[in-house]
Amino acid sequence: MIAETALAALWLAAALSLLQLLFGIAALRPGGSDVAPAMRPVAVAQAALVGLAFLLLIQLFLRTDLSVALVAANSHSAKPWLYKFAGAWGNHEGSMLLWVTVLAGAGAAVALFERRLPERTLIATLAAQAAIGLGFYAFLLFASNPFDRLFPAPAEGNGLNPLLQDPGLAFHPPTLYFGYVGISIAFSFAVGALVTRDVGPAFARAMRPWVLGAWIFLTLGITAGSYWAYYELGWGGWWFWDPVENASLMPWLAATALLHSVTVLATRDGLRAWTVMLAVVAFSMSMIGTFLVRSGILTSVHSFAVDPQRGAFILVLLVLYIGGALALFGLRVGTVREGSTFEPVSREGALVVNNLLLSAILGIVMVGTLYPLLIEALSGEKLSVGPPYFNSVSGPLALLLVAVMAAGPLLRWRRDRIGAMARRLAVPLGLTALTLAALLVLFPAIGLLPLLGLVLAFGVGAASLAPLWKRNLRRTPLFVWGMVISHLGIAVSLAGMASEAAFTRETLVAAPIGETVSVGPYRVRFDGVEPLAGPNWSAIQARFTARRGDGSPFVLRPQARTFHSPPTETSEAAIATRLDGQLYTVIGKQDEKGRWQLRLWWKPFVTLIWLGGGLVALGGLLALLGRVRRRRAAREDEA
Amino acid sequence: MKSARLLAVALAAATASSSHAQSNAPAAPYAYAQLPDPRQEAEAKALMETLRCLVCQGQSIADSDADMAGDMRSLVRERIAAGERPEAIRAWLVERYGSWVSYKPPVEPVTWPLWAAPAVLLALGLWLARGRFRRKAR
Amino acid sequence: MRKVLLFLPLALFAAVVLAFAFRLYAPGDAIIRSRMVGKPMPDFALKPIVPNHPGLAAADLRRGAPRLVNVFGSWCIPCRVEAPQLEALKARGLPIDAIAIRDTSADVAGFLRDHGDPFQRIGDDPTSRVQIAIGSSGVPETFVVDGKGIIRHQHIGEIRPEDVDGIVAAWEAAR
Repeated sequence: MIAETALAALWLAAALSLLQLLFGIAALRPGGSDVAPAMRPVAVAQAALVGLAFLLLIQLFLRTDLSVALVAANSHSAKPWLYKFAGAWGNHEGSMLLWVTVLAGAGAAVALFERRLPERTLIATLAAQAAIGLGFYAFLLFASNPFDRLFPAPAEGNGLNPLLQDPGLAFHPPTLYFGYVGISIAFSFAVGALVTRDVGPAFARAMRPWVLGAWIFLTLGITAGSYWAYYELGWGGWWFWDPVENASLMPWLAATALLHSVTVLATRDGLRAWTVMLAVVAFSMSMIGTFLVRSGILTSVHSFAVDPQRGAFILVLLVLYIGGALALFGLRVGTVREGSTFEPVSREGALVVNNLLLSAILGIVMVGTLYPLLIEALSGEKLSVGPPYFNSVSGPLALLLVAVMAAGPLLRWRRDRIGAMARRLAVPLGLTALTLAALLVLFPAIGLLPLLGLVLAFGVGAASLAPLWKRNLRRTPLFVWGMVISHLGIAVSLAGMASEAAFTRETLVAAPIGETVSVGPYRVRFDGVEPLAGPNWSAIQARFTARRGDGSPFVLRPQARTFHSPPTETSEAAIATRLDGQLYTVIGKQDEKGRWQLRLWWKPFVTLIWLGGGLVALGGLLALLGRVRRRRAAREDEA
Repeated sequence: MKSARLLAVALAAATASSSHAQSNAPAAPYAYAQLPDPRQEAEAKALMETLRCLVCQGQSIADSDADMAGDMRSLVRERIAAGERPEAIRAWLVERYGSWVSYKPPVEPVTWPLWAAPAVLLALGLWLARGRFRRKAR
Repeated sequence: MRKVLLFLPLALFAAVVLAFAFRLYAPGDAIIRSRMVGKPMPDFALKPIVPNHPGLAAADLRRGAPRLVNVFGSWCIPCRVEAPQLEALKARGLPIDAIAIRDTSADVAGFLRDHGDPFQRIGDDPTSRVQIAIGSSGVPETFVVDGKGIIRHQHIGEIRPEDVDGIVAAWEAAR
């Protein structure tokens, strides 16, 4: 009964989204009807129903109801509780239901909390959100039904891919989806504004908190995903330029650019068309990512098992939504004036450069990701575009962007002088020069990109704090704190990346039990191995005793696991985190002479990569709180 | 549709060990061991990170557990140790498997647009942005 | 000009959609073909892996008559699946040699006992060195080599019953 109830709720939610769309069209027609007030409750009810369907799916997974095909194909009764729970979205249909749930939830949030947007634009926005929902409900109900029954029910399920049996699964996909799909609000706002031709500072101020909210989740999701891959894949890599990683990076790049352009629009009434374009592009990138992952046209670690029919279905949705929005843009935006122009040396000038560079990087990632597809379609030739391309091409632009980020916040709006800015940047510039000199003396063999990265990280870290200089810290608005902390987070993350690239020490050996090997500053003794039984796996667990100089020794226990259902081998790294880096250890196979393959890494300051990501998200959160608080204060003043 | 439903839908196997049977034979000498000379090892490592594992789902041979990736690592390390240049080894592999095996796209007519993309994008961006700025003199 | 520019994003998107649609319509295979087809077999000399079969060297493949070279592993499941087809090819008069990848003597002997032995020579390639040299990316694969030692054809994956005639034809063409 649970599955049938859930399916009914899903159908009802789809019907409500159709109703919401029709209400919107009716209300916007010239001399329109007065159904607009009904749209808000409909949006909320729609979200409640699809949320119910999603909760019921989780319930089915928790019970391991094998008469439901999806559960039978992806779960197993002997799986730990957490993975039954998170397993609900560790598959195509379940994650698509999560996708739609977030979409409806975002629409409901706009319906409940958005009070600033002009009424007509809000109606158009809710209608646009309903239109997107409708297509994806259809996709779920007709091509990816999570609640299909299986007769007869099998005695046992197939189990979940062991790589996913990790706490990361409980956190990473939902967070990413909140951002990925939450950014649909910006898309709907843009479509709404194009319909009513009302693009201006008020529109920008209304859109900004929503963009911020989605962007925080995107940042967290990408950061968490990177750390998950780092410890789960067992080779110490944290970013692979894998097509699916790129697909998650592209919406983030677009949303970051949007976040900055929307500020220009809100403050100086410039970049109108451009901001609308970015809002459309950000969620379009999400949808293209969804298509790439689920259509099977890319080979990636992250791909779902595929069905070309589903790919075709999503492609039709892409054409409808992205094509529709871009056509609307082409038709309507000509009537939107571009707004004010700027002085080159000014805050808004720096923000334009920021947008230019972010968009260029976005374009490069997109071209690099899609180029092999294009070439294979045109000439049949197989090509790989990977880290050497992305690093060498987007790396320099990213470093330039970071440099601009240091200067931008120190520039005044409207008009500034280069000399004045240079004086404000004197301390960071000095620190940059000092770092450069120190690094060149201490580590002459360091590579160019890591060197520039480290140097910039120090300079930019200092510069990012400069906006607080000579300010009363207690009276500094929360959103200024937010900007400062986010920019500092970028510098921190950059320092981690550069340090990891420049200073990682690697030891790969075949060692007999009892041997001591060294990696970086550590001496690691291989004490032995023992068998170990987990809930649904068995493992060989190694015991290492690591010691740094005369420090106290500590024990690491990496495992080589063998899962029963489905049968798979994985390696579970044991990682010791210290203030100045991580010791990363992996146990491999035994060789013919009885020695074991050990893989050890010392990665100085690698944790800064994710700590920085966390700071960026925290800064976003502070900015969001600051904006919302100011908005509320403004509303109370009006009252 | 039915066959698709029965497929184990998941984030597909990242380690080839789950999708390929592995042999009982010992691993190649340098599959899981470094070259004694750190400079040569660094050279080999840099090359391995840009070579694509043939039996994996888009991983470099430097971070794959597949047997074949191990054999390719050993091949790379042995040839570097014998004094061969990394780019010569890459070329030798491309001669056998095509450009697919190298994550570094070659510079040839078919990839000119790819390598030109950054410059074109920047130029387009600058051209779009130029209208946003006021003339200097005033 | 501005009018045109405003529709540029739509045009770019249309191009991307076309590429996607083409790819859905004609899904790319994950197969990496050897670029060595049409080129001479690289030089190699592999030791025997089981006592009753001699090893395999490139020179053995330039003796005037075309031969099949089967790249296999006793640990590989599809290699068992194709065993009857190899027997059929042998029965039709095709001489077959083999390269055993990452294998042990005992495992290969067991494999030949359980699944039949259509091979004349079997070379031991413990670290896939020859496999990589001929551009083979997995097991099983079967190469047709002509009498001058030029690789004429590559069959990727297990040989299914419906593939047998094609391989015989490729072998005939290499005469």
